[in-house]
Amino acid sequence: MKTAMSASMVAFGVALSASTGLAEELNVVCSNEQAWCDLMAQNFEIETGIDVAIVRKSTGEVLAQLRAEKGNPKVDVWWGGTGDPHIIAANEGLTTASGVDLSGTVGWAQNMAEMTKGRTVGVHVGLLGMIYNTELLAEKGLTAPACWRDLAKPEYKGEIQVANPNSSGTAYTELATLVQLFGEEEGFQLLADIGRNVNQYTKSGSAPSKATARGETTIGIGFIHDMVSLKKAGFPVTIVSPCEGTGYELGAVSIVDGANNLEAAKRWVEYVISAEAQDAALQVGIYTIPSNPNAKTDPDAPDMNSVKLIDYDFMTYGATKTRTRLLDRWTAEVKNAGGAIEE
Amino acid sequence: MTRTAAIWLFVGLAGYVFLPWYMTPHGFWSFGWVIDPQGGGESGLYHLLSGRFWLVGPLLGILAGFAVLGIIKPPIARSRGFIITATAGLALMIAQGLLIKNAGRAAAEVSLWQPGMGAGAFVVALSLLFVLTSGISGLGKGRGDAFITSLIGLIVALVAVFVFYPMSFILVQAFALKGGQGYGISEFLPRFFDDTVWSLACLMGSGYCGAAVNSLVLGLSTALGTTVMGLAFALVFTRTAFPAKPFLRILSILPIITPPFVIGLVLILLFGRSGTITVYLSDFLGTEKTRWLYGFWGVWLAQMLSFTPIAFLVLIGVVEGVSPSIEEASQTLDATAWQTFHRVSLPLMRPGLANAFLLGFIESVADFGNPLVLGGNFNVLSTEIYYAIVGTVADPAKAGILSITLLSMTLVAFLAQRKWLGKKNYATVTGKADNGQNAALNPGMKWACYALALPWAAFTLVLYGLILLGSFVKLWGYDHTLTLEHYTRAFGMVFRNGVHFVGSAWDSYFTTLTIAAISAPLTALVGLLTAYLLVRQKFAGKDAFEFSTMLSFAIPGTVIGVAYVMAFNFPPIELTGTAIILILVFVFRNMPVGLRGGIAAMSQLDKSLDEASIMLGANSATTLRRVILPLLGPAILAAITYSFVRAITSVSAVIFLVSARHNMATAFIVGRVENNEYGIAIAYSAVLIVTMLVAILLLQALIGRRTLRRTDRVQTA
Repeated sequence: MKTAMSASMVAFGVALSASTGLAEELNVVCSNEQAWCDLMAQNFEIETGIDVAIVRKSTGEVLAQLRAEKGNPKVDVWWGGTGDPHIIAANEGLTTASGVDLSGTVGWAQNMAEMTKGRTVGVHVGLLGMIYNTELLAEKGLTAPACWRDLAKPEYKGEIQVANPNSSGTAYTELATLVQLFGEEEGFQLLADIGRNVNQYTKSGSAPSKATARGETTIGIGFIHDMVSLKKAGFPVTIVSPCEGTGYELGAVSIVDGANNLEAAKRWVEYVISAEAQDAALQVGIYTIPSNPNAKTDPDAPDMNSVKLIDYDFMTYGATKTRTRLLDRWTAEVKNAGGAIEE
Repeated sequence: MTRTAAIWLFVGLAGYVFLPWYMTPHGFWSFGWVIDPQGGGESGLYHLLSGRFWLVGPLLGILAGFAVLGIIKPPIARSRGFIITATAGLALMIAQGLLIKNAGRAAAEVSLWQPGMGAGAFVVALSLLFVLTSGISGLGKGRGDAFITSLIGLIVALVAVFVFYPMSFILVQAFALKGGQGYGISEFLPRFFDDTVWSLACLMGSGYCGAAVNSLVLGLSTALGTTVMGLAFALVFTRTAFPAKPFLRILSILPIITPPFVIGLVLILLFGRSGTITVYLSDFLGTEKTRWLYGFWGVWLAQMLSFTPIAFLVLIGVVEGVSPSIEEASQTLDATAWQTFHRVSLPLMRPGLANAFLLGFIESVADFGNPLVLGGNFNVLSTEIYYAIVGTVADPAKAGILSITLLSMTLVAFLAQRKWLGKKNYATVTGKADNGQNAALNPGMKWACYALALPWAAFTLVLYGLILLGSFVKLWGYDHTLTLEHYTRAFGMVFRNGVHFVGSAWDSYFTTLTIAAISAPLTALVGLLTAYLLVRQKFAGKDAFEFSTMLSFAIPGTVIGVAYVMAFNFPPIELTGTAIILILVFVFRNMPVGLRGGIAAMSQLDKSLDEASIMLGANSATTLRRVILPLLGPAILAAITYSFVRAITSVSAVIFLVSARHNMATAFIVGRVENNEYGIAIAYSAVLIVTMLVAILLLQALIGRRTLRRTDRVQTA
């Protein structure tokens, strides 16, 4: 016991003193996939010589942490993840304008910066879509869905899985997309009709796609770039881009207000919107659409020109007031209206 | 008493004059400030003289203490003097810390600002505390034993700072009014009794039950199941001649050393809608493929797997401790094996059963990973709380309210446990000549235990076989080509010009092991010392004190994580982004297990042992070290094992506390699972499991078994 104690005290000291360094450094919190986070950090270090410490957390967790740390933040820059939480953080004054030149990026990336007074910058687009398991579909003798409205067909009873918009940003994007596509009344009617076929409202947004791949459900709703990586991994799935058109998320990067390493943070933002940095995404299986028009894309990845996109209104549907109202209505009219049957 | 107080006064003064008052940029333990006195390593005295007038408080406390020492001679009055001066010094110190919270770069323009406290402040606070406690012992409290009062003071202070202080941040949120303005009770009550929390609709067959109802039912079922299962395992180990005990022992504790999500994932692969067993049954028996796993039964099964080992670890020590003499006496009086077990042994195991049940209940209601993966539409409080914090619309008030709900359930369970144990005496280890053989179980009981424990162990074996297999195949569940790719990606090494750890998992692996190795002995120490106080000492407010130590354990990790960020991101204690905060959260979150195990084991030790030791001239510190601790081998082992393992496998508490410089293995694994990289996540889990297994076996060899009596055999009946 005694030796264990003293040994642990020595280790304690080593662990704590080893954590310091005097070189220029940058603390990044990353909401992208782990491999993509690591690769970007590594490339940035090689490029700039700045010592990067990076950690991956989900957007909800980052937002909660930034709120708790407000005034004395321990991270400098937040890269990746869906745009909504970035916009909320910008509106709450948790992030600060980067002042980086965006002229090399595509229109939606610049719009995002304009909307938030430069506090958040778009880095990628992820499209919303459907996925189905070909083996299960054949086994059950079902027809393949092609449109949002198809999902309301009674034959899919208990076969569809989608996340709960109260916990998942992905599912909220789906909710807002249907409301924008069909109008609020019709949109909610459709959601309730689809809801009667839903077997489970998952907590996490990527869970339905994974469950579809593993054959736990026949049809799932989620982001297409997640589905591409599942298909490439070898699962028997087909990806569908709904015929009525679909919504999308804007991935973003923001500098935290009060960052300790502001200059390094600015260089990070400049770097992640460069074509050279975004090219690397394909090496780690990231199939989102990059914000730099010169960056390379994969032939299997969704292409903005071939998919019917809605004109997603991020300012309205990202605002806390609209969110709260739509979510309350969803809970009352969709979730409590039935469905979600465990067979 | 006076000597102790004097020593601490000198220590405090030295801390004030020489040690760096604030956190230095080099870290708490770095001695960079010795060579570079201007690099933020200035002492409290230096800061006081250079304008931080508010630091005068603690100095006054120390100087006044010296004045008491020099001027007041009557012992009682002098003790009172120490109490008053030390309390005043501490109060002034806390007040300045709480009032002057501006920190960091932006605050440097404000005149009233300071960084977080460092080594100097820590030493001064500690010495003032000990002056206070020795003053209290001088008044005759705690049998006039300065060791006891200091211990109580220290643990109360630790619990106050690292449990109450952060928790208050979350609980206050429960009373926040909508719109962000002000606090009040008007919204609390309707939300507390809301339908989404307490609805019983599912029992009527329509709609969903409230999250609290679900948590309660799940918690009770899991607690009951794990206690029964833990007892079955403990009895097989201690009361039967089962041949492969060591192997069974490893199997029985495997599940706690499993990182989160892995058990859920294996269960899905076996019992999910397209799971191996489901498909097999549907092919051969024609049963419908269902999704029964997603809901109550799936979560319960996963929790049974995860928490049975905890019940087992608590119970094994207690079952071993039941004295054979008493069982022999029972048999001499012509009782059958069943009567002996039922009327003598089982009642003596009550402390173990009660504590195992309580732990199982709390673990279940606070569990987050299993309901997340397998919950389906079965909502429980812990996941609701998590999504109240990180969901699409953040609602800290809801998180606070649900936390209070969860805490009330824990409180009720705790009180029920106390009532069931009552005021009986469970001591069977008395120090008197105590020899003989533990009664064997009657055949019925023996086979019942076998029937419960062995299939369960076999089931565990299958699950772990699958996990191991999963780490060696390309795509688990679909493409079973064998590959080492996952291991080389995670743990690759390059041997060129020395060894380079190039695998992506190495960083978090080393950090995790270091932090677990530091926090485990500390956790056991704090837990067992607290158990000693609770079982052996009498002091005012003991029950409240006991419950307060359970608080941090009863609340889901997410809430603790956010509470720690809110509390320790600003002075007086600024710890976010360091390794210390991870260690602290583990120590105070896992301490209750050491505590419960310690209480259960210590209840069996007869007080006459302590009394004999004290009468022979030992003080209580020596008694604790030389008499009690050696008899607590299994409890110490359980505490260290559990806290080591939990530090490696817990995820929800650390998700907000891990920082770029100090990342943990579980955060890494969860990230990979999110990205569908199951192979690498499982390979990492397999490495962690093997690491923990080796560590546990080493610990067992080091701490070993206590020698309670000459023979530890079971009758061969």
